[in-house]
Amino acid sequence: MKQRALPLLTFVALLLGWEALVRIARIPHYTLPAPSLVLQTLAANFGSLAGSWWFTLKITFGALLLACAGGVLIAAAFALSRPLEAALLPVAVVLQVTPIVAIAPLILIYVESTTAALLLCAWIVAFFPILSNTVIGLRAADPNLRDLYRLYRATPWQRLRLLLVPSALPYFVAGLKISGGLSLIGAVTAEMVAGAAGRETGLASRILEAGFRTETPKMFAALLLLVATGVMIFWSFNALSRALLGRWHASEQSVQD
Amino acid sequence: MSAAILALEGVDKRFGNGLLALQGTSMHVAAGEFVALLGPSGCGKSTVLRLAAGLDGITAGRIDAPALHGGVAQTAFVFQEPTLMPWASVYDNVWLPLRLSGMDSDMANDRIERALISVGLSDFHAAFPGELSGGMKMRVSIARALVTEPKLLLMDEPFAALDEITRQKLNSDLLASWQSQELAALFVTHSVYESVFLSQRVLVMSARPGRIVAEVMIDEPYPRTVAWRTSAHYLRICAQLTQALEAAHAPVGAA
Repeated sequence: MKQRALPLLTFVALLLGWEALVRIARIPHYTLPAPSLVLQTLAANFGSLAGSWWFTLKITFGALLLACAGGVLIAAAFALSRPLEAALLPVAVVLQVTPIVAIAPLILIYVESTTAALLLCAWIVAFFPILSNTVIGLRAADPNLRDLYRLYRATPWQRLRLLLVPSALPYFVAGLKISGGLSLIGAVTAEMVAGAAGRETGLASRILEAGFRTETPKMFAALLLLVATGVMIFWSFNALSRALLGRWHASEQSVQD
Repeated sequence: MSAAILALEGVDKRFGNGLLALQGTSMHVAAGEFVALLGPSGCGKSTVLRLAAGLDGITAGRIDAPALHGGVAQTAFVFQEPTLMPWASVYDNVWLPLRLSGMDSDMANDRIERALISVGLSDFHAAFPGELSGGMKMRVSIARALVTEPKLLLMDEPFAALDEITRQKLNSDLLASWQSQELAALFVTHSVYESVFLSQRVLVMSARPGRIVAEVMIDEPYPRTVAWRTSAHYLRICAQLTQALEAAHAPVGAA
């Protein structure tokens, strides 16, 4: 109980402090809007913001889905063939270490559809943690268990399904937790680079647009939706991790005992 | 004597890194026999088991073992660690060898039940390995080995990490399982007392490169009980075996 109350109280105290600061110091709302005004603005503009929110969600989860598929498939190929890994891993590392803001303008030029370009940018950011974690996970199976599967003449498919996939699962889930947050960051960054133009735009474009008009409360309202999305992703993947690993993996066992 | 189920003749084993683990090792295990392989750590005992299980190939010599023939699995292996799948229940862990041979859980159910009863874990079907003690995990590992009703059971210091009380209990239970089946056992250990308690014959191995240097017969009938563990006969054989072990590992030129 105490464990849950503490962060909640911290948050309430921070918000109250913010509200009090704005009111007492009479800070104008175009500099720093009070939390209450942000909520009012969000309620008043929810109809128009919801469309942009949905667009950002589509890019984020679309990229994450592709990152899972791509990361796991490439990891499986790497796990099967060391030479393939040696040949292709540097390419993946180059993609990983290049700041996405720096290559997004190029991608936006090369890829005709803006949606596809945004997906590609978010994917580049999100797929690496899943790839590298899954590669390690697929190689992490207990050597004695591998011997046991050989002794009982398991088929390659049995070995994959009953041994390698469960062994890799904790690693994959750890990668997924990182990639979930990164795909949102990738989506927003790419939207920022793409700018406010176009009919279908996400929350980042709305923040830019509101910034040009010094509608600070609206910037905060859009920001609030982004934060809510990030927290929701974090929570849902933590819940998924607990559901998949809770009964057997040390990472999900309670630390008190 | 009945026919040998496992036979090594003049076997050499050299690993990829050049290490000569076995040199001129000859031994055999008859069908239904209980043989202990005794020696210090690193003398190649585990290597003998891996060769017998077909997990490694020999460098020179001749070997015959059921695992080297095709067909159904007749060899079971119990490792030093329980080596259970942490994500699977006790039941699913014991099911594994049958599952890999294509048996669904309906077909395998009776055999899984019997194996779990034989190790005293019939109430722990749904438990996960992480919820069990070290001794119970080892029991699951033994149930998994016995579930296929193998002809040859290879055990690699399976009880070395357990406390003395658990170890003695598991020794007795292992003998009971061995007697109830048509089963040959090759039991690797570095404990003189454990080898004498369990086996009909103890083979002493020299240090690297490993080979068999002494053989001690233990002519005590089964079932063997706690009374055997405290008898003068038992202690006499232990002393004899300790001397054989000492002689095998005396520094060269010291004698």
